[in-house]
Amino acid sequence: MKIVGFHSALRTAILTLALSTGLAIAGHADDFQAKLGYCKTCHGLSGQGYHGYYPMPRLAGQQPKYIENQLRAFIERRRKNAIMANVAHALSPSMLSALAHHFRDLDPPPLNGGRSSSAVATGKRIYDDGLPESNVPACSACHGQDAKGQDQIPRLAGQLPDYFYAKLVNWSAERGQNSAMPDSSAVMGPTSHNLTKSQISAVAAYVSSLR
Amino acid sequence: MSADHAEADFMKRIWPTLMILVLLCAPVSSRAGETVAASVRNCTWCHGTGAQGYTVAPRLAGQRALYVEAQLRGYAAHIRDNPLSKQYMWNAAANLSPYVVRDLADYFASLPSKSAHDGNRGLAERGQAIYLEGIPDANVVACLACHGPAGEGVREIPRLGGMSYFYLKRRLQEWGQGYHSAPASPMPLAASTLSPDDIEALASYLSFAR
Repeated sequence: MKIVGFHSALRTAILTLALSTGLAIAGHADDFQAKLGYCKTCHGLSGQGYHGYYPMPRLAGQQPKYIENQLRAFIERRRKNAIMANVAHALSPSMLSALAHHFRDLDPPPLNGGRSSSAVATGKRIYDDGLPESNVPACSACHGQDAKGQDQIPRLAGQLPDYFYAKLVNWSAERGQNSAMPDSSAVMGPTSHNLTKSQISAVAAYVSSLR
Repeated sequence: MSADHAEADFMKRIWPTLMILVLLCAPVSSRAGETVAASVRNCTWCHGTGAQGYTVAPRLAGQRALYVEAQLRGYAAHIRDNPLSKQYMWNAAANLSPYVVRDLADYFASLPSKSAHDGNRGLAERGQAIYLEGIPDANVVACLACHGPAGEGVREIPRLGGMSYFYLKRRLQEWGQGYHSAPASPMPLAASTLSPDDIEALASYLSFAR
């Protein structure tokens, strides 16, 4: 066997391997961008949310751990939502994680400012101080003074008020749907029940106005 | 003779009075009313006498009022720019006042609508599946998220149920080709993921929907 032939064959093999790996990485990047476009079609090009027939929530600036947990909850049907279950089941674990982290860095202004200023003021009071007489803890205690959340506790700042309202009002009908697999959504159960609809509406108005 | 004179006198006096009475009682059409009626005729000239659509002009009957308003503003501002809109609607919408635009939109929204039934029946089932579930593996979104479970639309998001297959197919293709509608519309992104087969199926299904 000629030495020259072996070296050139080896070189060719290495080049081919590098090229195909590079193409594979580029392919993954394309997949990610395509999947991101898919999310943003409904959730807004900057993740700010969208008012369709159903309100599609803001994802911009959301805690990655929270998004990851919700996507898994959709897949495992612990959180009930037909559209999102369909969307999420097609996501690989690495794609899921990458998507969740992408939205954290987006920072568009809120889609809906707080409309009624009196509701915003009431909502702020409930958010900051809670309602001790109703056994409602201060939202700020967990969700932060700035409503940006932390770890698996979601950001509420800039969320669509109608989405926020619907989720709290329907909490137990949508979350924790698999009693055999209890999840952290149970922590919001009592609070969501102890708030009246108008109180939820006021908090919704307040957090939706936060940047 | 005096009776004849009396009668002639009476007639001489009654005519001017009658004329004045007739003029006072004549229905005075308000400027706005006259303009809207004229505008509806200008629309139905192409969109069909019942506003059910005719050839390339889509059905307006039963369409969301806010959507019709937004389109008319979009034509006047040259934002909606697909070829047929540019050729016909830019001129049609150029001189409509905001009041007329709103009145026209409310009027067309109130009309009962007929479904076009002009798609491919064999593709309707697949079209319905795409409409309700999207195709997650191909990044095709579920249309119902914005357009509603029965294609009814909401606010400024249009009603799709019963629109003509030919119209829907053309619009879906046009977004994929880069034409614009509303400034913040997700439709270019949504339509860019659709394959020609997907478009055929969706347009067919919707033409049979209510």
